[in-house]
Amino acid sequence: MASLDDLKKRIASVKSTQKITKAMKMVAAAKLRKAQESAEKGRPYSEKMNNVILNLSSGISDKENAPKLLSGTGNDKIHLCVVMTSDRGLCGGFNSNIIKKAKSYFSKILSEGKELKIITIGSKGNDQLKRMYGDKIIENISFKESKNANYFDADKVGKIVIDKFESSEFDICTIFYNQFKNVITQIPQAQQIIPLNSEDSEDNTSEESYEFEPDEDEILSNLLPKNISTQIFKAMLENSASEQGSRMSAMDNATRNAGEMVDKLTIQYNRSRQAAITKELIEIISGAESL
Amino acid sequence: MSEEFKIEIVNPEKSFLVKDDVSEVVVPAYEGEMGILKDHISIISFLKPGIIKILSKSGNESYYIEDGIVEFKNNNLSILTSSIFNIADMDKSKQQDLLKQAEEESGKEKISDQSRYLIDQKIEVLKTLN
Repeated sequence: MASLDDLKKRIASVKSTQKITKAMKMVAAAKLRKAQESAEKGRPYSEKMNNVILNLSSGISDKENAPKLLSGTGNDKIHLCVVMTSDRGLCGGFNSNIIKKAKSYFSKILSEGKELKIITIGSKGNDQLKRMYGDKIIENISFKESKNANYFDADKVGKIVIDKFESSEFDICTIFYNQFKNVITQIPQAQQIIPLNSEDSEDNTSEESYEFEPDEDEILSNLLPKNISTQIFKAMLENSASEQGSRMSAMDNATRNAGEMVDKLTIQYNRSRQAAITKELIEIISGAESL
Repeated sequence: MSEEFKIEIVNPEKSFLVKDDVSEVVVPAYEGEMGILKDHISIISFLKPGIIKILSKSGNESYYIEDGIVEFKNNNLSILTSSIFNIADMDKSKQQDLLKQAEEESGKEKISDQSRYLIDQKIEVLKTLN
């Protein structure tokens, strides 16, 4: 059995850990509110963008010559996967969930004999994926410097993706991120962004015909690259809200566990203290009796 | 009957501006400036760098934008843009910064004719602001 001194030290150390996790939880809660707010504020833009594109693509005259970003290259040989994770740990299953989702998708693609290329965003995803898929990772992007998800960063990623598409380095692009549902639940998502998968989105197209200026094709070819950045930005916002939510609940659990541990250790400490006192008493009494 | 319609400007980060007492909006559409009044036909177009003028009961406003898409339907005007600045809030140094950036961009050799056209446009607009 551990000595009294050891127990005392352990209690102190668990207590200070608890203080840290508690503080982290508070910070995550504050950040979560901000992230959630900006995720909500960012929604109208991506929704509107989606609507415009739907309206446009339904009005497009010549499906065969539609921009490749919309209709695809006609092949599905090379898959590009953009895996979005956080730069920091201690956020529960947040990163592992995305990685798990991504890995199962990767093995499916590879078993079908297709080629796989990976772009990782955030260092945690890169760390976990490079062990198994190190040779497949073509780029690792990290936004450690930027405090919050911003459009400028998303646009950078979007441009990289589009550049690679235009030099026909891949046929299909999928992004992996966590969708924020609530603090407890984040759903890992795989969303195909190239070619645009219009079946996923709700059908908001109106019958009304639009006037286009210049013509549909030109607007579309201008709009689609923007849409890629917008989708990535949306994913980044969802991801950062999810990260904070996940961290908050993980830290909440950790704080509670530490509390339980302190209670248990305190009981153990008190018991052994009492045992020591009793032992001493018995020694004194039996010493007095023998006189 | 009122001659007003609704305008909404959104950028990726938030809903930038919502107004429902607008009487006329002038946007720098790709093929030239375009004035939009109530009951305009449904239209989708995209914007080049320029100035959006909003005329409304509660006062006129103008904004400098660099790109965007404009959609008008059922007397709802939506403008999607990634960079927009209120001219009233813009000070000289901000304008100078943007101008310098644009000039640097245009100094590069490898750009397509289309982006060259957009940048030249941007420089021109910024110069008129100063």
